[in-house]
Amino acid sequence: MDIAPDADPAGSRFWRRIEAAMERLQGIAVSPGIAIGEALVLGNEGFRIPRRFLPRDAVEEELDRLQLAFAAAIAEVEHNRERVAEQLGDDYAAIFSAHLQMLRDKRLHEEIEEMIRERHYSPEYSVSRALRRYAKVFQTLEGQYMAERANDIFDIEKRLLRNLLGLRREELSQITSPVLVLAHNLTPSETARLNPRFVLGMVTEAGGPVSHTAIVAEGLGIPAVVGVGSFLTDISGGDTVIIDGDQGQIILHPDEETLAHYRHEVEEQRTLATKLESLRELPAETADGKRIQLLGNIEFPHEVKQCQERGADGIGLYRTEFLYLGVDDDPSEETHYEAYASVANAMQGLPIVMRTLDLGADKMRTLPDSEDERNPVLGLRSIRLTLRNRDLFRVQLRAILRASALGDIRIMFPLVSTLIEFRQAKMVLADAMEDLEEAGIAFNRDVPVGMMVEVPSAVMLMDRFVEEVDFFSIGTNDLIQYCLAVDRGNKDVASMYTAADPAVFRFVKMAISTANEHNVPISMCGQMSGNPLYTMLLLGMGLRSFSVTPAAVPEIKRVCRSVTIEHCQRVADYACSLDGTREIKAFLKEELSKVFPEFPV
Amino acid sequence: MQSPIVKKTVAISNPQGLHARPAELFARLALQFESDVEVIREGNRVDAKSILHVLTLGASQGTELTLQAHGVDAEDAIEALVRLVESDFATDETMSQESPS
Repeated sequence: MDIAPDADPAGSRFWRRIEAAMERLQGIAVSPGIAIGEALVLGNEGFRIPRRFLPRDAVEEELDRLQLAFAAAIAEVEHNRERVAEQLGDDYAAIFSAHLQMLRDKRLHEEIEEMIRERHYSPEYSVSRALRRYAKVFQTLEGQYMAERANDIFDIEKRLLRNLLGLRREELSQITSPVLVLAHNLTPSETARLNPRFVLGMVTEAGGPVSHTAIVAEGLGIPAVVGVGSFLTDISGGDTVIIDGDQGQIILHPDEETLAHYRHEVEEQRTLATKLESLRELPAETADGKRIQLLGNIEFPHEVKQCQERGADGIGLYRTEFLYLGVDDDPSEETHYEAYASVANAMQGLPIVMRTLDLGADKMRTLPDSEDERNPVLGLRSIRLTLRNRDLFRVQLRAILRASALGDIRIMFPLVSTLIEFRQAKMVLADAMEDLEEAGIAFNRDVPVGMMVEVPSAVMLMDRFVEEVDFFSIGTNDLIQYCLAVDRGNKDVASMYTAADPAVFRFVKMAISTANEHNVPISMCGQMSGNPLYTMLLLGMGLRSFSVTPAAVPEIKRVCRSVTIEHCQRVADYACSLDGTREIKAFLKEELSKVFPEFPV
Repeated sequence: MQSPIVKKTVAISNPQGLHARPAELFARLALQFESDVEVIREGNRVDAKSILHVLTLGASQGTELTLQAHGVDAEDAIEALVRLVESDFATDETMSQESPS
């Protein structure tokens, strides 16, 4: 006998075929670690869905609140429909009729009420969850008409949430409990408004390894995964999500077994962090007494604190791009200076390596988009861009020079690929110095000037560059990309991108050896230097200065303190003799686990 | 007490399929009957009185749907709903809108 629909009040039979199962999504790993927590979904006008569970005795009251929100939403849509019908005619108002029908849909009401009554979900969470299930189904339907219905659902969701939350709508800056921030993309202004104390991890649908989210998350030392692709409609605020920043995965609707596994990992991370804490006051020195310089990479002035807390010897890479991102006008000299001066003052005489603008034209709102930018990583970016836009360059250089009067500031040019380029950049700097001198403004005339080593041509010409450069810093992120001809932002080939490659090793070794032979200081500031897996290898190759994300300082220090240079040289020699990534990684992992057994590899 | 079950199969013929507007008309019409009405597409069975349920079927032009009603006015319900689908959702209401005013 056929069962009438009423035998299935909350539609559980209907939903069984599409109930949320555990989903593991692959993105790009940009900041390591594991985080488990409640999702805060940005995008719905910044709505935050408050706490997920209700006390038992609040259910009736919350159901009333739900009814009021529905009534208010229906009144709003009625009003819209009438207004549009009057102005444009009934045909245009038809969509509002459909919205009204949806808001009055008995099934929807039953489903939401069942979540509140039986599962004690908050009305906000229930509304979001119930509606998003529909949105998800509509998005899988064929034909644009049907897929567009998902937008109707989001519209209704927003309307209901706005009514439910009313004045309780929370601002990003007012998050008061730990959350995982999930968004399509995070703008610099959004990340700036987040309270880092409560952000456990970040995930974005868009973005690549050098996206703003990646840099901010690394700076905060929290796990992050970017470039996951579309997933936000599969979850509601308040859902439990796992971020696996080591594997670049996120897990939605995790089952109990998976949760238990990751909780264990989080516990281990915590134990390790506590152990490493004790290293803060100890120097980064190898077991045979070689002092290693450990510097921090920062993007924002406030990150200085994190470097100091972890006992860094200075700033090995101060990225200045944040000043240019998300603003309509290029930053003024004063804006630059304010940021630089605060870092210079805070570091109290410790070295600060400032990298000049390292962006592509596509990221700069004030510059016209190039018509020929089919290959942006080979295009007009970094030093090429600033040499082509001298006014822009000069503003930044003046600010850096002024800050050089306040501390041990050093200037570093990114992406230098020819000798001429470096000389040209130095000439612009000399002009800026002359201007300041004429105006009687203080600066350090002997400010050290160095360059990033991140283009293969620069490595090949190291023996020429040593004559003109005060210091080097190897940028492995770009160097690997150019060496292996792999765009790591491109998911199809990203897996071919690795530091554990014999050719990459040769480039790195050549750069280090040449600089050392000529007594020109060389450091490394790419992600390779912050990964303990490569610390012994790099020490063995002769590297004595590492610039890493502040969160990685204790781990790298821990490795340095556990090894001798002689041992590292043997490790480096053997690693360089291996054929491929898998062998290399297996060997380095084994070696690392001998000296640092508690490190999760 | 035992009321009849009435069943009939129709094909969606309007080019845009059972999208928001037709689904709204369909659900609204179904709501006027006392009987329980279901729409079945390839084993998926949904409540005809729920616009959201009806939309999840993703019925496009050419899709065959089975309408099934159960209750005192089952016969009338199926007849009215079939007529609505076969007329490409041209109700009196939409007809009057399309005619010049």
